[in-house]
Amino acid sequence: MDQRSKYLRCRIIETLNATRRGHVGAALSLVEILRALYDDVLRYDVKNPKWEERDRCILSKGHGCLALYVVLQDKGFFPEEELWRFCEADGLLGGHPEVKVPGVEASTGSLGHGLPIGIGFALNARHEKASHRIFVILGDGECNEGSVWEAALCAGKHKLSNLTVIVDYNQYQSYGPMREVQNLEPFAKKWEAFGFAVKEVNGHDVAALRDAFSALPPDNEKPTAIICHTLKGKGMKCTEGNLKWHHKSGIKDEEIRQLLDEAEAY
Amino acid sequence: MRKMCLDVVHELARRDKRVFFIGSDLGIGTLQKFKEEMPERFFMEGISEANLIGMAAGLAMEGKIPYVNTIATFITRRCFEQVVVDLGLHNLNVRLLGNGGGLVYAPLGPTHEAIEDIAIMRAIPNMTVIAPADANEMRRAMLQSLDHKGPMYIRIAKGGDPIVTTDNIPFKIGKALVMRHGLDALIITTGITLNNGLEAAGRLEQEGIKASVVHVPTIKPLDHEAILRHAKEVPVIVTIEEHSILGGLGGAVAEIVSEANFPTPKKFKRLGIPDVFAEQYGSQAGLMKGFGITTDNIVVTIRNLSKTKAPSGKLIEPQLIKE
Repeated sequence: MDQRSKYLRCRIIETLNATRRGHVGAALSLVEILRALYDDVLRYDVKNPKWEERDRCILSKGHGCLALYVVLQDKGFFPEEELWRFCEADGLLGGHPEVKVPGVEASTGSLGHGLPIGIGFALNARHEKASHRIFVILGDGECNEGSVWEAALCAGKHKLSNLTVIVDYNQYQSYGPMREVQNLEPFAKKWEAFGFAVKEVNGHDVAALRDAFSALPPDNEKPTAIICHTLKGKGMKCTEGNLKWHHKSGIKDEEIRQLLDEAEAY
Repeated sequence: MRKMCLDVVHELARRDKRVFFIGSDLGIGTLQKFKEEMPERFFMEGISEANLIGMAAGLAMEGKIPYVNTIATFITRRCFEQVVVDLGLHNLNVRLLGNGGGLVYAPLGPTHEAIEDIAIMRAIPNMTVIAPADANEMRRAMLQSLDHKGPMYIRIAKGGDPIVTTDNIPFKIGKALVMRHGLDALIITTGITLNNGLEAAGRLEQEGIKASVVHVPTIKPLDHEAILRHAKEVPVIVTIEEHSILGGLGGAVAEIVSEANFPTPKKFKRLGIPDVFAEQYGSQAGLMKGFGITTDNIVVTIRNLSKTKAPSGKLIEPQLIKE
């Protein structure tokens, strides 16, 4: 793991430190996906977050917002102090993203909402003959929701090649491993069957993600699904694959120190 | 009423490029001309209401004004959470057109009867809830929907309902309409029950009871001022709606009347569907009669309440006409 990935993870922990609660595991698996998007792929203007020609990126798995906040702040969408007010009464940033946060396209957190909204964005872009693209980041657990598959049907029907679905496929949901709670396999084939062009990639390999996100769409007649194989809690030994860190509250001083130490040592 | 509603969507779409239409799996030929003239703004997306609402939200976030149409129960019950989060929370200009509000789908049974749609929609912050009395009022409401800020739920009745409103009635979203004035009782109506309210007031007048009829096509935001102004001057208030008595017009009126703390207590009765599912099929009119959503029941209720000297706090038993 390079310095930038470590840095972003440390910022996530420092943000978490503000209220000592949050979905840490879900944020840590997203770091490279968001980093690749915001460093290298998405078109945006931090001085004008509603710039019409920007690419739209919806974090449908809103509980991973710690990672999004850190990346948006790193890019300059809002001042650093906001991170230290995470979930506090006078703060901008809550436990799930809301549109009032500059750079956030839709209020999410209740799962299964992002893809239908992304379809509205994509249909509008096509209607306006606009060149911007729409990215929707889904959690794998979120893909239990029927609305995801209603939307997948719709995206396939309309051949929305300006729409890219990115799945953080860490294979864990709140209760346990996906294969035990609600198995999604064969996952790639499901997206293919719904009319998507599908790519699979290591979701922590920044170069591979960059490649996958840059040559879009692979098929001009289809929406794209990029399945990112990730590790829940990636980047600290104590959080990797450890569901105690899916959502945790009452985090102690020594746990924060341990997380930061382990991120540095990774 | 439904034809008028969709005709106005077509008219608005011709006039304003922001207007989009989204249907689920509607009857063959629905808005065929719209589809032919403006196919790029016409979507028929199948039986996938959660997706329809999100899709409409996405379009509205980009400045469009989507009109979403399907059966009222599917808009309100099926994808309630999408309506709350995608439309209410984002305060978007999406118009939900609910076919068959109330007992319209009586022959199809309780799965299709929208008996709590108003209560559901009223509970959502930012949502405007409209139930026009007839096709004329539907037209006026729909024309005003274009530039209204925030999401709207528009309840569509069966169609062929008697025309009781006229163009000289100054319809305005959020305003109650005073259709008749009297100091003995107040009848408050919404949707097609305006017709019953007017008939009942006419009959009561022959008995020497002069009743006001205040029609509430906009249940949310409720015109508190008009309702309280008329409530203040009468001893008896009766609401009537083709909806559960829980959380609809009657509930909304009860909330504001009780909090008004009038110096003299009011006798108050909600007429509507009690807290039950319909056990019979038949016709809309048949079920309405069975539940006492009738002119007769308004007359009897007001007649009895006017005679009763109820000590405050005593529950007055419902009077249901059975034939």
